[in-house]
Formats: sequence, structure tokens, C-alpha cells
Amino acid sequence: MNHLLKRKSRGDMWFDVINYFLLTVIMLIVLLPLYFVFIASFSDPNLIYSGEVWFYPKGFTLDGYERIFNDSSIWLGYLNSILYAGVGTFIGVAVTVFAAYPLARKNLVGKSVIMWFLLITMFFSGGLIPTYLLIKDLNMLNTMWALVIPGAGAVFNVIIVRTFFQSSIPDEMWEAASMDGCSNTRFFWSIVLPLSKPIIAVMVLYHVVGFWNGFFDALIYLNDGNKYPLQLVLRNILVQNQVNAGMMVDVESYAAKMRVTELIKYGVIIVSSLPLLILYPFLQKYFVKGVLIGSIKG
Amino acid sequence: MKSKDSGIDPLMMKSKRKAWSRVKRDYELYLFLLPIVLIYVLFRYYPMYGVQIAFKDFSPSQGIWGSSWVGFQHFIDFFNAYNFWTIIKNTLSLSFLSLVFSFPAPIIIAIMLNQMMSKRFKKFIQTVIYAPHFISIVVLVGMMNVFLSPNSGIINHIITWFGGEPILFMADEDWFRPLYILSGVWQETGFATIIYLAALAGVNPELHEAATMDGANKWKRIWHVEIPGILPTIVILLILALGNIMSIGFEKAFLMQNDLNYATSNIIPTYVYELGIQKAQYSFSTAVGLFNSVINIILIVTVNRIAKKMTETSLW
Repeated sequence: MNHLLKRKSRGDMWFDVINYFLLTVIMLIVLLPLYFVFIASFSDPNLIYSGEVWFYPKGFTLDGYERIFNDSSIWLGYLNSILYAGVGTFIGVAVTVFAAYPLARKNLVGKSVIMWFLLITMFFSGGLIPTYLLIKDLNMLNTMWALVIPGAGAVFNVIIVRTFFQSSIPDEMWEAASMDGCSNTRFFWSIVLPLSKPIIAVMVLYHVVGFWNGFFDALIYLNDGNKYPLQLVLRNILVQNQVNAGMMVDVESYAAKMRVTELIKYGVIIVSSLPLLILYPFLQKYFVKGVLIGSIKG
Repeated sequence: MKSKDSGIDPLMMKSKRKAWSRVKRDYELYLFLLPIVLIYVLFRYYPMYGVQIAFKDFSPSQGIWGSSWVGFQHFIDFFNAYNFWTIIKNTLSLSFLSLVFSFPAPIIIAIMLNQMMSKRFKKFIQTVIYAPHFISIVVLVGMMNVFLSPNSGIINHIITWFGGEPILFMADEDWFRPLYILSGVWQETGFATIIYLAALAGVNPELHEAATMDGANKWKRIWHVEIPGILPTIVILLILALGNIMSIGFEKAFLMQNDLNYATSNIIPTYVYELGIQKAQYSFSTAVGLFNSVINIILIVTVNRIAKKMTETSLW
């Protein structure tokens, strides 16, 4: 195409100029809110309040972060989220990968029945209340298990992993191995899993992000504040305006409290997003991969 | 014919025996499937059995089976409820307007990105616009709260700087839908371009070159080469989106909801949560949820059938 570039018409040149300009504007629309949260979290709350903070931090302060670091509810939420994400990811990925492998095999007897058994749940579901009553009857309310077990093995993820197996582990490999007396289990552990690192990475990141960002199951199934994951703690601060009284002991007036609350809000957004920010290069790479594998069958 | 009726077709017997020996040989694979089957039976299929409480007067002490039948009473109550039409209208307009605004946006941006010559700048823009996808809904709504706050939010600072009056965005029923939709477009458009970029990469480059030789400029090539090239992808994703129009998510509407915007923010999922979980009206809220999923299934099947007739592209 290179020789074509050189004889660009005038119209195409204008097209490019406008295209670059618009894309830059779009990029800024996405970026500026994130950037503003970042600079505001370091700024004097009085200057944010009076609208003097625009493009760089003003009245630099770490006051917000100090209050956040000294608050136990946020750290407890952090620990809970790490626990739920760890256990939930382990269970979810294991169930998904184990289910996807047999379904990727060409001549498994009863494969289509099992596939339909899984797919039907995409169209019909008992709904929120019957599921809630079940969890209640199983005495799983207010336990971690209500968050990590019921959702394990989502159909969509099973399909993605199955598609990967089908395209990268040909049945001939299994036939050759089984001729040599290799069992299904050994083949799975010593051939399939080592070849599946990329798809396992996709699944691990899908689950980690899902558990880290999710709050719905916790909202419904947990009622003990000490078990709340980070997102529920955040909800109290960011959405319900309930900043822990311990973070405010030294703040006197109502107006000052309001301002410090705003500062804390900017800070917790940064603190809570930090793990995903660190993972972002991997997230971007593997999520894109997941979307592309998923779209083959979609 | 005769042997088939009496069920002693020797060939069938043989293939059955063969199948059974394959099952025996692959027994480990069925063990691999055991966890997911157990989880689905317990947490997906058992609640489907439990959905019968929509037709009963469920009391926890009597259990699902023991509670007495009331037929369609809860459905009739819902249809006659004073807020029935408001909830339906809120749900449909929120998801329909979301679709209208958020569906075309990633297509346009993917086409724009695909026209970029500088690979590094393109990569940089992609890195930025994918990022909001990873922000949690709680943080997103939290950001809206701080940005739109009437006295300290930056948006109202801009409005007052231009001489306007501060607006109580988050507590205004007229602003609920625009904010819901705009924040959704902001968060998901970038990530949704991935699938279209992949489709654009699959457009035959020879078509492009031929069009260029014929003197087509970029604009014409987009219209006559690229858009037709990605049309199947667009149709499939549109079917999926139309089929999902009644399954709008609970989380963001719930977090944005407050007493002052309740008139527009009360949608079926938040209503089910409010009545079922908060007020423990189990049977009634199950009926509302069931009503929603029945419409959902009808929608998916209908949309798929229409798409099959019109474009020969369909999901099944």
C-alpha cells in the first residue's frame, strides 16, 4: 500500500486531518475524567470546592490518602476482595477448563446433550428470588461460598475455552497419545494444560476483574459489614456518602466535613483501582484475545 | 422396517454397544464434567423449579412445594398495579435509548481507527479508550457523583463559569436517562470497537486496492468496501443487542437510583430487588421477574426469526 500513500488526494488529506483531530478529542473525553480524579485526590479540598483545580493539582496534600490508609474498613474490604477474587477465580477457572476440554473432543458420547444442558440456562433462569431462597436454604447466606460457587462455570466462558481447545489441540494428538497407552487424565495434565496457558490467562483475568469489580452478589448475600468486599465499602463512601466517622474525628464543621469527604472520594477511587491499573497491560492484551476467540463462535 | 419397530436392529445394537464402550473408555472425561453439571443442577435448574412460587403464596415455613397455589393472581396484581406502565415504560425506554446511542458509536470509532496510518498513535488511543471498561460500576457512579455534585463538581463549575445555574444532575428524574446512557457510552464504546476492528482487518485488501485504482477516495472506500465488509458482524451484534433489550442490568440503575429520580429510574430489575429482597414479597417479585424473562425469550426468538428472513444471518 505504500506507493499509494504518496499520491494521496487533497480530499484524503482533509479526511486524515479531521480523523486525527476527532480521535484525539474522543481520546481526551475518555482520559480527562480519569486524569481529573487523579489530580483532585492530591489537591486541597477547599480549592476543589471553589472550582480552582482544573489541569494540575493545587495545594498539594496527602491528607485524603492518610485518612484512607488509617481507615480499617477499606483495608478489610481490600483483604476480603483479595480473598474472594483468589478463591472465586480458582474455583471458576477450574470448573470452566475441566468442563471445556471434554466438550471440545469430537466424539464424546452425549456431547450435544450436555452442551444443551448448559446453553438452556442462557435463555431460561429461575431469577433472583428463587436463587436467593435456595442460597438461604443451603445456609450459604453471609458466607464467601455464596459469592464464589453459584456463578462458577459460566456458559460463555466454557464456549470460549472450548473454541480454543478445538482450534489448538487437534484430536489426532489425543489419538496418537492414547495409542501409546496415555490416559485421558494424563493427557489433560501433561499435554492440554501446558498448551493452554494463553486461554487460562484470559480466564484468570476475566474472573479476577469480575470478582474485583462485582458487588451485586455481595449486596444480596452478605449482611455482615466485616465480610463486605471492597466494592460494597466503596458504595457506602462514593454513592451513599457515608464516610466512616473514624476518618473524620478531627474535622470540626459540617462544611469542612463535606469537603474532606469529597477528597476521600477521589482518593478511594484511585486506591481501589490501583490493582487493575497495575494489571492493565495484561488486561488489555488478554481481554482482547478473549473477545476475539469468543467472536469466532458468536 | 419390522426390525426397527421391534427394536432388535442388529446394527443399532452394535452401535449402542460401541457407544457404551466409548463411554467406558472416556469415563474420566465425564468426571471432568461432573463439577459443572452439579453446579448447574443445583444453582441453575433447581431455581427454575423454584420459580413456581410465582403461582403460589410462598411462605418460608411451608416451603416451595407446600405453599398453596394462587394461579395467575400475582401477575394480575402486577398488571393492575398503579406503577405497572411506568415501570414498563422506564425499562423499555432506558434500554432502547441505550441501544440507539451505544450501538453505532463503536462502529464509527472502529472505522476511524482503521483509517489511521500511524500505528503507534492508534495503539495509544486504543490503550486509553479500552481503559474505562475495567472500571467498576460503583466507581463509575461514584465518579458521576463527584463530577456532577451541585456545589463542588467540576461540571457545575464549568456551567457557573459560563454564567449558568448549577444543575442537580443526580437528583433529577429528567437527567437519569441521559446520564445512564452517556456514562455507558463513555465506559463501553472503546472496548466494543475490538470486535469491529477484527472484522475490518478481515476485509479483503484487494477490494481496497481495486477501489483505489478506480479513483475512490477514503470516504467512498469506507462506504462501498468497509461497511459492506463488516455488515454481517453488525447484523449479528444488533440481533444480540435487540434480543437483550429486556435484560437491562440492575447494577448501575440501582446505584444511581434515589428518591428524587425514582420516577424514571424504577425499572423491572430494581423493582424485583426492592420488593423481593428488601420487602420479602417473594412470590410477587418472582412473578415480576418471570414476566420479564418470558418477554425476553419471545423477543430473542422473534428477532432471530426476522433476521433469518431478511438477511440470512442468524444466531441459530
